[in-house]
Amino acid sequence: MVYIVALLSVIFLGLAAMVISRMTTVVKNANGPVEEGRIGLSNRINGILFVVFFVVGLIAATWSFLYAKQFFLPEASSPHGRRTDFLFWLSMSIITVAFVVTNALLFIFAWMYQHKEGRKAAYYPENHKLELIWTVIPAIVMAVMVFTGWRAWRDIMAEAPENAQVFEIVGKQFNWIVRYPGVDNNKLGAYNYKLIDNNNDTGIDYTDEASFDDFTSTSELHIPVNKPILLKIRARDVLHSVFIPHLRVKMDAVPGMPTRFQFMADKTTDEMRNITGNPNFGYEIACTEVCGQGHFSMRIRLIVEDDASWQAWCKEQKPLLTSTPELAVRIPTNLKAKAAKYLPADAAPAPADSSTVSVKQTGGGASIASAARR
Amino acid sequence: MATISADSANVVHAVEHDHHEPQSFWRTYIFSEDHKTIAKQYLISGIIWSVVGISLSVMFRLQLGFPNMKLGFLRPILGSWINETDKLDPDFYLALVTMHGTIMVFFVLTAGLSGTFSNFLIPLQVGARDMASGFLNMLSYWFFFVASVIMFSSMFIETGPAAGGWVIYPPLSALPQAHKGSELGMTLWLLSMALFIVSQLLGGINYITTVINLRTRGMSFSKLPLTIWAFFLTAVLGLISFPVLLSAALLLIFDRSFGTSFYLSEIYIKGEALPNVGGSPILFQHLFWFLGHPEVYIVLLPALGMTSEIIATNARKPIFGYRAMIASMMGIAFLAFIVWAHHMFVTGMNPFLGSIFMFLTLIIAVPSAVKAFNYITTLWRGNIRFTPAMLFSIGLVSFFISGGLTGLILGNSALDIQLHDTYFVVAHFHLVMGAASAFGLLAGVYHWFPKMFGRLLNEKLGYIHFWLTFIGIYLVFFPMHYVGIAGFPRRYYAFTSYDFTKNIFADMNAFISLAAIFTFTAQWVFIYNFVHSLIKGKKSPQNPWKSNTLEWTTPIQPGHGNWPGEIPAVYRWPYDYSKPGAKDDFIPQNVPYSQTPESNLPHENELIGLEKEIQAQNLNDQFNQPH
Repeated sequence: MVYIVALLSVIFLGLAAMVISRMTTVVKNANGPVEEGRIGLSNRINGILFVVFFVVGLIAATWSFLYAKQFFLPEASSPHGRRTDFLFWLSMSIITVAFVVTNALLFIFAWMYQHKEGRKAAYYPENHKLELIWTVIPAIVMAVMVFTGWRAWRDIMAEAPENAQVFEIVGKQFNWIVRYPGVDNNKLGAYNYKLIDNNNDTGIDYTDEASFDDFTSTSELHIPVNKPILLKIRARDVLHSVFIPHLRVKMDAVPGMPTRFQFMADKTTDEMRNITGNPNFGYEIACTEVCGQGHFSMRIRLIVEDDASWQAWCKEQKPLLTSTPELAVRIPTNLKAKAAKYLPADAAPAPADSSTVSVKQTGGGASIASAARR
Repeated sequence: MATISADSANVVHAVEHDHHEPQSFWRTYIFSEDHKTIAKQYLISGIIWSVVGISLSVMFRLQLGFPNMKLGFLRPILGSWINETDKLDPDFYLALVTMHGTIMVFFVLTAGLSGTFSNFLIPLQVGARDMASGFLNMLSYWFFFVASVIMFSSMFIETGPAAGGWVIYPPLSALPQAHKGSELGMTLWLLSMALFIVSQLLGGINYITTVINLRTRGMSFSKLPLTIWAFFLTAVLGLISFPVLLSAALLLIFDRSFGTSFYLSEIYIKGEALPNVGGSPILFQHLFWFLGHPEVYIVLLPALGMTSEIIATNARKPIFGYRAMIASMMGIAFLAFIVWAHHMFVTGMNPFLGSIFMFLTLIIAVPSAVKAFNYITTLWRGNIRFTPAMLFSIGLVSFFISGGLTGLILGNSALDIQLHDTYFVVAHFHLVMGAASAFGLLAGVYHWFPKMFGRLLNEKLGYIHFWLTFIGIYLVFFPMHYVGIAGFPRRYYAFTSYDFTKNIFADMNAFISLAAIFTFTAQWVFIYNFVHSLIKGKKSPQNPWKSNTLEWTTPIQPGHGNWPGEIPAVYRWPYDYSKPGAKDDFIPQNVPYSQTPESNLPHENELIGLEKEIQAQNLNDQFNQPH
């Protein structure tokens, strides 16, 4: 066996060497400088190749598009997404026409007007009318594209309506943390990055009473269907970018500069499972701004459900204060009573504890103040 | 009295130039002040860099196309960046894409393209003895060389080179604790780029000065070849925008090393809240793209200029709409400065600003469209010779159109929401800026190789090189649009973490990777051709392409000062190809109208009277100036 392989490889090597030596002799003999009037066969071959390239390329482009189409994202699950999808495919058809026509002219002219002995090229340095036409036509087409795009952009980026349901998403290396406005007051509390620690990974500020019922998750974001959503976006360490492909949502998360994106999801996860025929379908949020080693795996699931079940789900969740009662030390004394209902009963301050708590609290306050001063 | 003595000194000096002492090897080939040698230095450096840059892309394409492949065979090159399980390290994957981008954009397509051809062609085509300052020109190359050495060495340090993407957005690039690539690698990147910018500025000042001051007699701006117009506008773009990048880099250096907060605010990282507040990462993006966007045209305009020249020469036709071409380039150059924020539609920038930049961006499509149409019309009713340079130029036009059209989609902020930072963007700019400019570079090498080295490149190998590369590049970047439309984000090490990228397009990514390897392999045909023809190529005739521009009136291998005697004067525009009535199908720029009465147009006959005046003009001949 080994001998056969060795023999074969020797033969192939020999053949290859032969081909190469042949090629070099051919190259040496048949090719010289462009001598007077010696523009021959290769010119014709190159001319024909352009047309062949165009035809084969067009077939390949069409076929590959039809093949790839099945993997494109399904129809958007948000009204603004369907609008941009429509504009995308509209623009795509316009540029496809331009693409085919201009490339066709380029390659066909190259073939048609290849060198012919005795022919002289036309001396045709300019034609103002022609130039005007092809300045104005693209300008008009582009004006239409810009205008439709601009109107869509303006609407998408408009202020969120008053009744929008607010969520917060915080990017960090390398996962997303979502914060819900809470089980009771539906308001996001204040935050301060200096308050971030292992127990409080979004830096919730408990001097704000709206914070008491806020809860967070690193695994999934539940949102109600058919309700305007305002996603408040921020980052803890470096740039990240919220990308919800099926909802056509994307916005950078910037440390020190909160951003936002308002949208409405109008297909629940279950509906999408039916539409896509994939029983395991789930919405996902990805990161699209390079943020380091784990950039490619910052996945968090997004669950879109009807309003009733979303409300029910929310009610089941425990505020961060309840699951992490240690944070109670940060609550100022005058608000302690308001926070009491979120704190588990056993954390109710015994007299001996209260002094330590208050000591801790002042310590915490001092560190915040000193941090703010720096 | 004084003037007379000065004049006689000049005469003596001019005579002295005829018998220069032979310079030492070092002064002739290494620290040369001759623009032709410097151009060759840039060319060789550019070719070496492009091999490095494309090799890096092949490495990460292996990872993307064949995620399960055992990459142990790369260990001799990459060492411990291939981990125990024979996989590519995810940190190093980011370093690869970063270095690929940096190298290709700055070191190949800026330095390799402008550096080579602006240096080589400006003095030859405007009719000058050399650049305005040979010394600055030499400095420019050696600053570039030092920048290259630093950038190259950064790839071999333990923590790896810069790895935050070629755009090095802070805070990732500002915080060493955020990523391995933000440690020493980023410091070296910034240092290297600072030197690189100095090199570009020295070069740019020189190009501009030479074009303005050292044009030969009769070479008015309206007779300049489009190549020179393109190089001139490119140099202006670079001169205005590169300092802004330098300032961005300096502020980043301050943030990294001196505790300032230009780009840093409210950061909690690795268990520690940093004291910096008040800075803005968006500020860096504005500064970066204020260079970054003109940079696209710094890369592209020289390629467009050279192909205008090559297409006109080989179609044996005047370039269609010479003035429209200049106007388009000026329009593009101007608009290039006011569209930068279209890279930032979804960064949280004020949406109103986004609308403004969308309008401005789509305006730039108009001059670009005019250019494309003018190229096509130049081919119409031509008499086309397919030299390899011509093939690459036609390829450039095709890439310019195909890649440019998708710009209409990405420039539309509403559509950019979904497509931003996906492979659609990657496909777009690789076609319109990467491949098109690379084709301009290659076309230039094929066209001016005879002038550079006095020998011809092998044509057949040129044809093979063109067709393999042209097909290969389309095979790489056309399918990449599909991957982008499916929402695949760029700079992902693997597509296994998400359902919407899992299990789909694995075959497409493998195909793209194979096409990339195929295209890379095809480049060795060129390198073989280049080296082989350098030594054994056929000797070139005086004017191998029967071209009109001045460089072909020099000796086959021009020496110091380019023209042995007086510099020729220029009487006509550079595109008198196939003029009715003329006996040849080309009339070089230095042929006066008085010698071609049979082909003169009515208004050109009137110009015959001016010829004496042009002859008598004061010659900006550096040999006649005291220095």
